[in-house]
Amino acid sequence: MRLSTVFAAASVMALAAGGQALAGPTFDAVREKGFVQCGVNGSGLPGFASVDDKGEWSGLDIDLCKAVAAAVFGDASKVKYTPLTAKERFTALQSGEIDMLSRNTTWTLTRDTALGLDFVGVNYYDGQGFMVPKSLGVKSALELDGASVCVQTGTTTELNLADFFRANNMSYEPVVFETNDELIGAFQAGRCDVFTTDQSGLYSSRTKFENPDDFVVLPEVISKEPLGPVVRHGDNEWGDVVRWSLYAMIEAEEYGVTSENVDELKANSTNPTVRRLLGVEGEFGKALGLPADWAYQIIKQIGNYGESFERNLGENTPLKIKRGLNDLWTRGGLQYAMPFR
Amino acid sequence: MAAAAPRPGGGRRTVFWNDPRVRAIFAQTVVLLLVIAGVAYLVNNTIANRERLGVASGFDFLRQVAGFDISQTLIDYDRTFSYGRAFVVGLINTFYVAVVGIVLATVIGFLMGVARLSSNWLVAKVADAYVEIVRNIPLLLQLIVWYFVVLAGLPAPRESIALGEGAFLNIRGLFLPKPVFGEGTAIFLAAVGLAVIAVIVLGRWARRRFEATGQPFPVFWTALAILLAVPALGYLLAGMPISFEYPKLGKFRISGGLVMLPEFMAMVAGLSIYTGAFIAEIVRAGILAIPKGQWEAAQALGLSRGQTLRLIIIPQALRVIIPPQTSQYLNLTKNSSLGVAIAYPDFFNVAGTINNQTGQAVEVIAITMAVYLSLSLTISAFMNWYNARMALVER
Repeated sequence: MRLSTVFAAASVMALAAGGQALAGPTFDAVREKGFVQCGVNGSGLPGFASVDDKGEWSGLDIDLCKAVAAAVFGDASKVKYTPLTAKERFTALQSGEIDMLSRNTTWTLTRDTALGLDFVGVNYYDGQGFMVPKSLGVKSALELDGASVCVQTGTTTELNLADFFRANNMSYEPVVFETNDELIGAFQAGRCDVFTTDQSGLYSSRTKFENPDDFVVLPEVISKEPLGPVVRHGDNEWGDVVRWSLYAMIEAEEYGVTSENVDELKANSTNPTVRRLLGVEGEFGKALGLPADWAYQIIKQIGNYGESFERNLGENTPLKIKRGLNDLWTRGGLQYAMPFR
Repeated sequence: MAAAAPRPGGGRRTVFWNDPRVRAIFAQTVVLLLVIAGVAYLVNNTIANRERLGVASGFDFLRQVAGFDISQTLIDYDRTFSYGRAFVVGLINTFYVAVVGIVLATVIGFLMGVARLSSNWLVAKVADAYVEIVRNIPLLLQLIVWYFVVLAGLPAPRESIALGEGAFLNIRGLFLPKPVFGEGTAIFLAAVGLAVIAVIVLGRWARRRFEATGQPFPVFWTALAILLAVPALGYLLAGMPISFEYPKLGKFRISGGLVMLPEFMAMVAGLSIYTGAFIAEIVRAGILAIPKGQWEAAQALGLSRGQTLRLIIIPQALRVIIPPQTSQYLNLTKNSSLGVAIAYPDFFNVAGTINNQTGQAVEVIAITMAVYLSLSLTISAFMNWYNARMALVER
C-alpha cells in the first residue's frame, strides 16, 4: 500500500527518464501492445468496480474500460486492470503506468489542470452523502455536531467534509483511512458515528455490511461529484477515443440501440443518426483513428449506457440505485452525448 | 608527480598512463562524471516531462490552505492552516508515537530478555513463546489485529468504562482530565526545578561520600521525599494554580479533557510489542556475552542475583546491547509509517493526503524522505552519544 505510492512516485522519475519514448501518443502505444491498461478501484466498490472469485472484473467503471478496448481492438476483453487506491491513482496515470483511469474520480479544476490530467467525460453524476447507524436516531446531517466521521484519504470527500462542517459551524473528528475495506471494518465496529463518501459509494459499501439494514443514508447531498474517466493532459487523440467511447454508449441509449437489436438495426435501420453511429454511413471511425464499426462493437459487446447502468447499479442489483441525475437528458437527467456528426 | 621526478637509484621511468595513481584518479573521474550525467539526465527529464504534462512544481503549495482536518493534533491546527503546518502536525504525531513506543518497547524488551534467561521454567517459556510468535508475524498484520482488537474490545461512548473520577475508556479513546495551568504556575514550576536540582546535588554528594568513606546513603528515599515535598509546598504557596478540565459526555462523544485515540493506542501496542521481541533477543545476547566468571566473581563477593545483574552484568552488557538497540529504535520510528493502514495521522499519512490534494508527488515524496532521514539521523546521533558514554573507559 504505502510502498506502491513510493514506487509510483519513483516511477514518475524513472519513466520521466525514458521520457522521450513516452512523449508519443498513448494511442499508438496501446495499439502496439494490444491491450488497454485501465486503472480501477482496487478496494472493491460493487457496482463500479469489483472482482469476483474467478478474477472477472465488473461494474460501471469496468464497462468503460471494456468499451474503449472494444472500440480500439473490436474485443472488449483486451483490457488489463490495475487496482489503485484513491491516493495512488493520479501518480499511476501521470507516470504512464496506466493508459486511462476509470475509478469513480471526481472532476475538479485542480485535477484537470495542476495535476497534468484531462477529464474526458462524466459516466456517473454523484454527490457526497452521510451514512449513520439507525440506532443513532439522526435525521439530518445538520445534527452531526461533534460526531466522529470515517473518511477515505486522498479524496475530494475529505475536503468537502471539512467545508461542510465549517460552513455549518459544527465540530467533528476525522478518522482517515487509506482503503475502503478498513474504513468499513472500523465503521461497523463503531469507531465513527458517520461514514461519508459519494452517495453511490455509500450504497455500494453498504452491500458489504453484515447488517446493511441497520444503517441509513441521510438525505443531504453536500457536494457535486461528477465522476468520470481521466487521461493524461496533452494526450488528445487518446482522450478523444475514451470520450467518444463513452458518448457512443449514451447516444446508443438515446436512440434505442441495445446489445440485442444492434445487429438488426445495423442491417435495417433507416435512421441516419443510428446509421452514422453504427458506422454504416460517414467516416467517424477514421476521424478517431478507429475501425468503422467501433461503436457497433461497443454496443454489441457491452451494451448501451442504460444497459450498463441497470446491469451494475439498477433495480435488479443489491444497490438498487435509481437513474436520477444519470438518466438521459430527454428524461430529465444529465446524461447527454455530443452529436455524432 | 612521481613520474616527473627522477627516481632515486635511476629506476626506469614509467609512462604516465601506467602510473597506478594516475589510473586511479582517471577511473574515479570517469565514474563521477557518469554518475553526475545520470543524475542530471533524470532530473532534467523529470522537469521536462512534468512541464509537458502541465504539472505544477515547486514548494509554493506549502503556504496554501490545507482544507482538511487531522484527528490528532498536538499543536494548534484546523482546516484553515497551511499544508506546511499540516506536515508539522504529522511530524509531531510520528515523533509522539515513536517516543512512547521506544520507551515501552525498551521496558518490554528488557523484562522479556531477562525473563528468557530466568531459571523459572514457566517464566522462561512464556518469554520464549512471546519472542518467537511476535517477531515472526508481519508488523502490518499485527497493527491491524491490534486496531480491531482495541475497537472490538471497547464499549460505545454511552457505555464508557469509568476509570476513577473524570477518566473514561471507550471506543473513541481514553479520556483523561486535562490540567489547566492558571496564574502562579511559574512558582510551582520553579519549585519542581528546585527539587530536581536538589536531587542531582544530593546524588553527587552521596556518591562522593560513598567513595570517600564507604558509607551508603539512602539516596532513593531521600530523593523521593524531596521530589514530592518541595513541589507540593510550592503548589500550596502559589495558591493551587493548576485545575483540571474533566471530560464530559456529549451527544456523540466525550468532549474536553485529554484524549488518547484508539488508533494511537493500537499503534503503541503494535509497535512496542513487536520491537520489544527484537530488543528481548538483543538483551539476552548482551547478558550471555558476559563471561560466566563475572557472575561467579560477584557471587564470591556476596552480591545477590539482583545486585549482580544491576551492578555487574547490565553495565557491561549495555556495551554489547546499545549498537543493535539503536537499529531497533530506528526501525520502530520508520515502522510508525504503517500507521496509515489504521488511520493514525502520522507523517506519512498526512503526506499522502497532501500529495493527493496537491498532486505534487515528487516534492511531497522528497520532503517525506528528508524528514524520515533526519529523524533517523537524530536518533542515531543520540544513541551514538549514549554509546560513547557507556563505552569502556580505558584508563
